[in-house]
Amino acid sequence: MATDEQLALTRALSGDGGLGVEESTLVSIIGKWRKKPEHISSFRKSFNRLFSITGHIEKCEDDHMQKLVIEFSRFHQITVLWAMHPHERDARWANQVIHKNHPSSILVEIASTRSAEELLGARKAYQTLFHHSLEEDVAYQVKDSKSKLLVGLVSAYRYEGQKVDNDVAKSEAKAIHNALKTAGANKIIENDEVVRILTTRSKPHLKAVFKYYKELHGKYLEEDLSGDALLQQTVLCLDSPASYFSQVINSAFKEGANHAETEGLSRVMVSRSDVDIEEIKEAYAKLYGAKLADVISKKTHGYFRDSLLSLAGEARA
Amino acid sequence: MSTLTIPHVVPSPQEDCEKLHTAFSGWGTNEGDIIEVVAHRTAAQRNAIRRTYHDIYGEDLLKSLDKELTQDFEKAVLLWMLDPIERDAALVNGAVKKWSPHDRVLVEIAVTKTANELLAVRKAYQEKYKKSLEEDVAAHTTGDFRKLMVPLVSSYRYEGPEVDSGLAKSEAHTLRKHIKDEEYNHEEVIRILTTRSKSQLMATFNAYHEEHGNPINKDLKKDPKDDFLFALRSIIRCITCPERYLEKVIRLSMKNTGTDEDALTRVVTTRAEVNLKEIKEIYYKRNTVKLEHAIKKDTKGHYEDFLLALVGSDEE
Repeated sequence: MATDEQLALTRALSGDGGLGVEESTLVSIIGKWRKKPEHISSFRKSFNRLFSITGHIEKCEDDHMQKLVIEFSRFHQITVLWAMHPHERDARWANQVIHKNHPSSILVEIASTRSAEELLGARKAYQTLFHHSLEEDVAYQVKDSKSKLLVGLVSAYRYEGQKVDNDVAKSEAKAIHNALKTAGANKIIENDEVVRILTTRSKPHLKAVFKYYKELHGKYLEEDLSGDALLQQTVLCLDSPASYFSQVINSAFKEGANHAETEGLSRVMVSRSDVDIEEIKEAYAKLYGAKLADVISKKTHGYFRDSLLSLAGEARA
Repeated sequence: MSTLTIPHVVPSPQEDCEKLHTAFSGWGTNEGDIIEVVAHRTAAQRNAIRRTYHDIYGEDLLKSLDKELTQDFEKAVLLWMLDPIERDAALVNGAVKKWSPHDRVLVEIAVTKTANELLAVRKAYQEKYKKSLEEDVAAHTTGDFRKLMVPLVSSYRYEGPEVDSGLAKSEAHTLRKHIKDEEYNHEEVIRILTTRSKSQLMATFNAYHEEHGNPINKDLKKDPKDDFLFALRSIIRCITCPERYLEKVIRLSMKNTGTDEDALTRVVTTRAEVNLKEIKEIYYKRNTVKLEHAIKKDTKGHYEDFLLALVGSDEE
């Protein structure tokens, strides 16, 4: 029978699947249980995900110890990321995709949601840090069908004015539709016209293209791209970054979220806090019918939770 | 080095503007006076003159020049009067709008510039034409040329001196493989040429020559009429020896009968304040004729006078 304190301690050590650890609870219980080793011994016997009876001791489980390292370091990680220059952050994230096998979706995220100057800054920072250009490393390391799209996305220096040529936008919507019909879902990511349009046109122009696509063909382009996750993500990032970021955040909180997914939460909160966190909160509420602040408060712990709430512009729980 | 001659005492922008305004007024145009002013001022001084002219007379100096001058002389002066970055953007825009596989301008401008200069051209292009450079190049080129040109104009090459000699050997090997198989448009060829740093590429070309016997350009001459091969060779030459490349552009512009004024104007106006002196030296070594003499022979009138003023003469 777990006591209240044991339950609190379990939760504080991420035993409830939440992210981060409840530092204040841990400190308080350490104090309360001083000179009462029977309490901690009883806890070890009850928290059997972290401890298992082996010989005469309740041994610490290795993979749970690993998990605890990650949970304890979420606050550390988010703080360091927060302190870094935004361009260095982006450059390091890009480098992890290229050299540490992090998901390509992160590269698409950076290349498509940043402004032209921010992406340029990331490219300059990449050169400073790694002594190569970003496009040279992406081109060299990514040799599969994603290559054209990724190299094109990271090399873009998009026009940022509002001027759009509607005739061109209409014809490009048609061109994309034709390409989808002829190429077939799995080859579409290599289609020259699709890549050209998505990687060189300005964002206002692309929004017009997506709008005409729906008008002319009845379905949203994203729906028709459901066969290629990366392309689908590219369109979402270019058209509605707030929705995209909401989805990344939501993935972090789902049952059985993997390490990359939970890291996405920190990445998004840090990188968007000064940019469009308000729009993201709105989009999140629309998509998931819940306030982001509430979900954060429920599903994260300690300083990690508090830093996320601060980044979201919310008062601490 | 620059070949411009600037007077010891430079008149104020106001004095220059008055002289120009007088040159425009009345029945004819005093082209000599126009050349005397514009061909002997630095880019900064010319920018000041443009601003001052607008302040005093309420009109863009370039519009007045457009009204008063004609033909090759006009084109040259207008190009010359643009701020250098603006000029490159204008040249690229011109090349893109009437793009054909014979185009030589895109490679020349994209590859002879530093990474930051190319970036400045991209920014100026957006301001002037309300589109990005890469979007226009992508929309106006097709097939293999698009595959080559878009990454070329989008590149932001690393500019450090570091060379990975193992990588240079392996990429030289990759290039050799695809060249031998005549897969000139292969992704790897394009990747290497459009993304690697210039130092790395120099090492790669050297490794190519050492390991495979021929300089890489020699192996890219299978079909002398092939525009794509020409583009590849141009990229390589613009990286390894840009001044020799530009000497050839000038030399060919005045070859045989007829003169390619666009090419001649382009090289002279874009290089007069940069490295035209070095290009002249190469020209003399190659042709045993001074560039100014070749221009005298091949051009005439005010156009000739203007070019000669920019090119300068060693017999000063």
